[in-house]
Parts: sequence; structure tokens; C-alpha cells
Amino acid sequence: MRETDININRVDWITILIYSVLVMIGWFNIYAAVYDGQVDKSIFDTSINSGIQLVWIGTAIAIIIVIMVADYRLFENLAIPIYLVMLVLLLLTPFLGKEVNGQILTIGIGSFRIQPGEFAKFATALALAKFMERPTFDLSKTKYQLQAFGVLLLPIILIILQPDTGTAMVYFSMLVMFYREGLPQKYYVLGIGLIAIALLALGIENNLYLAGAIVVIVVALILMGKKTPQQIIGFSVIGIVLIAFTYSLDFVVSKLPEHQQNRIMVLFNPDLDPLGVGWNVTQSKIAIGSGGLAGKGYLQGTQTKFDFVPEQHTDFIFCTLGEEFGWLGSFVVIALFVTLLTRLVFLAERQKNRFNRIYGYCVVSILMFHFMINIAMTIGLFPVVGIPLPFFSYGGSSLWSFTILLFIFLKMDSARALQLGRMG
Amino acid sequence: MNDQRPVVIVIFVFLIGLVLLIKLFMIQVMDDSFIKRAERNAIQRVVDHPYRGLVYDRTGKLLVYNNPIFDLMIVPKEFEVGDTTRFLELFQISKEHLIESYQAARKYSSVKPSTFIKQISTNEFARIQDFLIDYPGLFIMTRSVRSYPEPVASHALGYIGEISGRQLERDSSGYYVQGDYIGLSGMERFYEDQMRGEKGVKYKMVNVRGVDKGPFKEGEYDTASVAGHNINSSIDMDLQKYGEKLMMGKTGSVVAIEPKTGEILSMISAPFYDPNSLTGSEFGKSYSALNAMETKPLFNRPIMATYPPGSIFKIVQSLIGLQEGILTPETTFACNKSLVACHNHPSPVNLFGAIRNSCNPYYHQAFRQIINQEVSSNTYKDTEIGLNAWREQVLKFGLGGNLGVDMPNEKKGLVPNSAYYDHYYGNGRWKYSTIYSLSIGQGELLVTPLQMANLAAIFANKGYFYTPHLVRAIDGDKSQIPQEYLTKHEVGVDSHHFDMVQDAMVQALYGTAQRALMKDIEIAGKTGTAQNPHGEDHSVFIAFAPKDDPKIAIAVYVENAGWGGRAAASTASLMIEQYLRDSISRPALEEYVIAGKFMN
Repeated sequence: MRETDININRVDWITILIYSVLVMIGWFNIYAAVYDGQVDKSIFDTSINSGIQLVWIGTAIAIIIVIMVADYRLFENLAIPIYLVMLVLLLLTPFLGKEVNGQILTIGIGSFRIQPGEFAKFATALALAKFMERPTFDLSKTKYQLQAFGVLLLPIILIILQPDTGTAMVYFSMLVMFYREGLPQKYYVLGIGLIAIALLALGIENNLYLAGAIVVIVVALILMGKKTPQQIIGFSVIGIVLIAFTYSLDFVVSKLPEHQQNRIMVLFNPDLDPLGVGWNVTQSKIAIGSGGLAGKGYLQGTQTKFDFVPEQHTDFIFCTLGEEFGWLGSFVVIALFVTLLTRLVFLAERQKNRFNRIYGYCVVSILMFHFMINIAMTIGLFPVVGIPLPFFSYGGSSLWSFTILLFIFLKMDSARALQLGRMG
Repeated sequence: MNDQRPVVIVIFVFLIGLVLLIKLFMIQVMDDSFIKRAERNAIQRVVDHPYRGLVYDRTGKLLVYNNPIFDLMIVPKEFEVGDTTRFLELFQISKEHLIESYQAARKYSSVKPSTFIKQISTNEFARIQDFLIDYPGLFIMTRSVRSYPEPVASHALGYIGEISGRQLERDSSGYYVQGDYIGLSGMERFYEDQMRGEKGVKYKMVNVRGVDKGPFKEGEYDTASVAGHNINSSIDMDLQKYGEKLMMGKTGSVVAIEPKTGEILSMISAPFYDPNSLTGSEFGKSYSALNAMETKPLFNRPIMATYPPGSIFKIVQSLIGLQEGILTPETTFACNKSLVACHNHPSPVNLFGAIRNSCNPYYHQAFRQIINQEVSSNTYKDTEIGLNAWREQVLKFGLGGNLGVDMPNEKKGLVPNSAYYDHYYGNGRWKYSTIYSLSIGQGELLVTPLQMANLAAIFANKGYFYTPHLVRAIDGDKSQIPQEYLTKHEVGVDSHHFDMVQDAMVQALYGTAQRALMKDIEIAGKTGTAQNPHGEDHSVFIAFAPKDDPKIAIAVYVENAGWGGRAAASTASLMIEQYLRDSISRPALEEYVIAGKFMN
């Protein structure tokens, strides 16, 4: 007999409230993005995207109910099978899918299409949680590090093959979860350092300056205090490697596909080609920037309304918000996301078993990455990456996958009292 | 071991939020350039060009109006040519033109309209109008150009043209933008502010493809254009037309003024040009052609050509002498040809005789008395004082300075002062014998035909004038004209001194200007001959009529036509008859003038 574990009082209503508010704001913004003052259509009209989104929202609620009434052990038990099914779907997508803009991202029948790349996120999260929950699993050991990365790398490779670099990048956000689970700090320091040098190398025209700076720092480190000969050799080797990295970066970038190269270059010089590769970012910044403090008012935006911003109801949905509700509107939404993420960290930390906690941090990682990268790209802080803003962007696959991702965790959280403490 | 790591993650989340909000604050609140860029993106400012004011003649006949012309515009992105042959045939252009225009338009913008075929005539427009629907991306934009029912008065009316970069730079009104039309000469330029009207503006929203998405904020910020003021000109179109007929093929000027008001009835600069040629798409080509012509048809002679006034100036000398008390009607001088050449006439003569016979030695001697009044024992100093005092008096006759006619580029002419001679001869190095030519209107003196006509008006009015002007009313309201045209200018000579002068002028017609005589209209006139070192002298005549109630004062200059009594007097007489009688009773004289063989 299945124990009834659905206890309304145990569900985290704060998270559900933030989720609902974000979905509603998103829905209103989708209407604003597709609104045409000359053709007066209701927000419920299913011939426009806001109407369709409402259908997605309705079905998302159905999914939530299904998740909530399901057995809490189901996800843990099915973690690996779900992961494998998703890998197969990803593998099949290029063969069964439909090509759009040179990418094959969706599979399905007729007009009903899903994007396996989106759903693979929660599947991978479940798999990682399952894989890493063993008490012996220790991320400070190379063996386990490789295993964890292996689980992560499989979907990444398959998604890159589609090719959908943006979605693939999302999986690297699991580094946040790995951090919580004990992956040594030195990797992060090294990673952040390399990224910083990479940004500098791409941003500074002449690599000679950067190389010079590295030499100066290395010499300064050597001269400061007493150093053993090994240390001096060590610093020098690191310096030489960094300089080599700097120079190799231009080469690597030059080997990237042209559209990716352009996206990177535009970041450093938005006026490079305002009508070409810079168009998206330029128009997106104009839309958001013209919103001012309080915005132009709902449905009063001109930039998003008149199609100056491409992909405005999906990946660039934040533009509509920025234009029509200004900085204050942006503040509210960013505050909601920050609150949600903080709440989820809190929820993850209160889990009694490792599986739940790891999964919780996977949710935090994925949502954090989407939130950060999506908004950063619309304001020119990050190259244009085609990933949606969670709960906001138009699209069934995106809304469903984020809903499933989040509510599986809420389900786990609500059932935590029933679980045995199995902390590693 | 990992206890502080959740905290680090939460801090990281807050940092992300903070960075995003700071960047958003920078572009949304601190930097307002995006607002402007957004407006440039989506809000199109469409200027509604006002109707330029019309110009009517003094009887209400239309002189200048606006004619709609049609520009065929193209939006390259939407354009589909279909059957090329049919297209070329319909629009009557060559294939090269099609390709060239299309590419030029593409280069400008593929979504914004640019001109494809300029200035299609009304007839052309009617022909292609119905076919336009077959060609997406093509549409008609209506503009208007100046048009003239009768091709007359081109110099007085002036022309408009695209504003130049320099004018745009100097413009402080902020009214103009590149491509705007502005009055460039004549009344069009002088009354630019009144005639141009007020631009209206419509703000409309466009999407990324330039498609019209309706008015911005329901047209809250839109303003309608206000048509310019109409000018009621003082020109009499019939008189102007007749004058141009007489002056056809000649070089010179005719200026007719209504003495009591200073209103210019007619202002002819010959050779003239068809004002219709300096409109619309023809402007550039026609202008270059006219500008290159040796006869200088664009040169506005009545206000820009200067000539020595010659004998006519003797009347001014007489009046100054009378006013100063140096001359009386009885003052007599011998016609002493050793002083200055003269033709044969009875001698000695009194003042009346001097005017009537245009006696040079008389004025040589009279002018010496005006100049050398022995204020100083030094004859050089005395001449200097005398000259400057005399000049002050002459300036009051509207000579030697801008009259202030309502046209640009009026020339001052020249009435030399002592500084002028000092410059050439040195201070204290010149005396009466240096400047005596001034006595008979020669030497350094220069006047414009307009100043000459104004002199005729002064003689007619017995001592006053109103600044000659071309405007009679604005929008039919006489009080709207510039105030200076309603101000009476006294020349400082008592009116009774003019009686004798007028009589002498009437008599002059029986002497030197018999061709100008008319049966039932008493004309007072004076011939002059402006010496021309480059060829035949210029024929000059001023007159007013009827003598007892002058309705018209006129000055006629015909260049290289010799003696004033022929070409100029005849033309003036015909003009007077046309104006006062509205018909011509002397076809032979008219023929004589039109034929223009004055030297035979």
C-alpha cells in the first residue's frame, strides 16, 4: 500500500508563491511582447503566444499535481532509468527531429514537439544525485571526480552535437553543486583565474600588455619574501603557462564557428557591427535602457512591440520587462529570483538525505545559471547564448522542464520527514 | 568542512543579483542615451510641410502659387518590378536608370523610402496612378513647387531653393533642416519668415521593418502645419507685363512707384528670365545656365546696377541751392563753355532755363557757390566742409545709401564725402576744381535705378518720399507691413521750391523728351544720359504723371541706347499711359520701343 505522503502543510509555500508570481509576470510579459495595438487581441487568444503560454501554464499545473501525488521514492528509484531514456532521446533527436536554423532540438509528432535538451536537465540532476549519494562518494578524490564528470559529460556531448552550445553550457552549472559537495576549492580558484585572464586577453587588444603584467606579477611574487628554488621554478612555470594560454586563446577563438566568434567579440565592442552581429545586444540594451526608472508602462513599450528585439518572447523576454517596467520592475524580478535561489539553498540544506540535497543543489545550479546568463546577455554582460529565463520565457518545453525540475525537489522537501537520515 | 560553502553560494547568488542590478541601473537610469536611441528606432518624426504663402498683385491677381508635384518613392525591400519591360514603359525610364535608382535607394536604406523618380507632373501622375497598385514598394509623395501664372516679375518675386549648408549653419531660428526650401532672392527671401509658415509634425511609430504602426500616443504630440502668410504685392501685373514686353531684348531697368505711398508698381530688370524655370527639379540646371549667360539675367539691375545720375541730378542741385538760399529762380549764370562743355542754347539762363536746357556751366558755377561758402579761409578746408554739408543734404534724397526696399542685396550707390577724396588725393590736396563733375551728376556719383525712381517720386511729392517697397499688405492687412514703409521721409527742401522744378520738368518734355509727350496726360520728366566708358551711353529718363496729382513716378534705364530722350523717355511714356489709361493710344511709339533700334 502506498503511504499517502502528500501533506499540504509540509509543502514549501514560499517557493510555490515565488514560482507562481514569476510565471504570471512572465505570462503578462509574453503578451506584451507579442501585443500589437493595431490588432486588438486578448491575452487569452490562443492565436498569439500568450494564449498558447496559458495552455502551457495549465498543463504545468497538471504536471505539478502529478508530481505532488506521486510516491516520493519514485524519483530516486527511477533516477537512472530516466537519465538513460533521456540520453537515448538526445541521441535520437538529430535523426527524428525537425531542423530549425541549422539546429535539430525538438522531437515530437505534428505540432506537439518537445525539446529533449530541456528535459535532460532534471534527468541529469536526478542521475547525479543518485550517483553521488553513496556514503563513500568523495569529490576530493580524483576517481569520484571523474565519475561525476562522466555522468555530466554524456548529455553535454549529445547536446553539443545537436548543436545547442547554450543548453550544453547549462550543465557546467553543476559545478556549483559540486562545490557544495566538496570539490576542492583550488579548481574554482584556478578556473576563475583562467576565466579572468581569458576575458582580459580577449578584451585587451595587445596580448603583450597582458604578458608583461604576468611577468611583473611573477617577478614580484619571486622577490617577495624568501622563496625556495622549487617555488621560484614553480612560479616561473605557471607564468609561462599563463602567457602561452593568453596567446593560444586567440587561436582557439579563431577556430570557433564564426557566429560564436562574433558573439564573443561583440561583448567587448558592442558597436562593432550594430546592424549585424551586434544587433541583438544593441537592440536589447536600447529596449531595456529606454525603460528608465519606472518604465514606459504596460503594453507601452515601442522597442519590443515593434520587433526591434529578436526572440523577444523567448530568450529576450527580459527586454519587455526592462522596457515597460523599468529598473524598478527589473529589481522586483531579480529580487524574486535571488529570494527563490536563497530559499532553495535553505531547503537543500535542511534535507535529511544526501540524494535530496544534491538534487536540491542541482536545481539551484541550473536556475542560477539560467537566471544569470539570460539577463546578463540581454544587457551585454555576456555573449548571446540561446537559453531561456526560467518560468518567464515563452515555450512549453522550457516551462515544463523548469516546473518538473523545481517541483520534484519540492516534493522531496515535503516528504523529508518520512525519510531516514542518510547523510554522508 | 563544507559548512561555509552554502553561505558562499548564497553570497554568490546575491552578488549576481547585485551586478545585474548595478548594470541595469547604469543603462536604465544613469544613461539616457538609450531613450533617444529607442525613439530614433521606433518613432518616426514626419514633418508636415506648410503651404508657402502666395503672392498677389495690387489688383488681386495671383503672381505666385504652389503647384503640387509628385515624387515617386521606393521602399527597396518591398519593391517588386515584375515585368521589367512593362515597368520601364509605364514609368518612361531607361533600364540603367531603374538599376541605378534602385541601387542608390538600397544603399540608403532597404526599409526606408527614398525618391525613385523626382517630380512627376500632374499629367504623368494621372497616367501612372492606377498602375501603382501593381508595384509593391512604390508610392507617391506629394510636395509642392512654386508656380507662376504669368512669367513676369522674376527678379522682384525672387525664387526659393534648397537651403545651403552655409545658410543652415548661420540659421539661428532652428526652423530649417537639410533639404528644406528657403527664399533665396527677391521677396521670397525678404519675406521668408512670413511666407514659410509653420511646420507641423506627426510622430508615428514604425516597427523594425519601417512599417507604420500608427500615431505615437494617439497623436498627442502631433502638430498641424500652419500655412504661410500671403503677400499682397504692390506690383501691378498688367503694368509689369507691359513693361517686360517693352524691355524685351534690351538691357536695363524700369522702376515705377506710386509717389504717395512708395509702393512699387513695377520693377523690371532686363534681360529677365521665366521664373518657372527656377522651380523644382529644373532649378539646378536652369540656374547654372542663367548664371553662365553673358547678359547676366539673374542680376537684379533696378537695385544692383549703379550708374552716374547725369543731368537728372541737376534738379537735386537746384533744390539744394534753393533751400540753402544760394539760388533763387532769378539766379542767372552765363553758359560759359570754358568751364564745362555744353550744347548750344540761349545764354545766360536763369534757374528755370538751366533745368530746361540742362545747362552744364550753370551748375558748375552754382555748385561752386554751394560748396565754397567761405566758412574757412583755406580753400581746401572750405571745400571739405562744403562737400560734407552738401552730401548730408543729398543723402536725404535717398541717394548714397540703402533705401531699404524689401529685397536683398540692394546697392547703396555712391555720394562721395571728403574722406573719399582724401583717400585718392590726400587730405588738403583737393578742392572744388577736383570735384566739380559732381555738379552735373557725373564724376564719382553713382545711383541705382530704384533711387532714381524714388527721386522722381520726391519731385512728384514736392519734398517727401516713402521708402519704395513691394509689399502692400500681408494677408490683406495693410497694418502688417513693415513699419518703415509707413514712415514719411522729408528731404528737407520746402515744397514751394518744387513748383518751379515741376514746371521746368513739364517744359523739358517739349525740349529734350518730345517722344514722351502725351495729349491728355501732363507728364513731368527729365532726360539723362549715363556716360558709359565701355560703349554707347545709357539712356535714362525719369518722370511722374499726371503733374498735378501724380499717380506714378518712374525711372527708365536702357543700356547702350544712347540719348535719354529716345529709348528711356519713350518707354516711360508708354508705361505711364498703360498705368493711367490701361491702353495704348500710340502704337507707332510702342512699335518703336519694341523694335529697339534707338541708335539709328
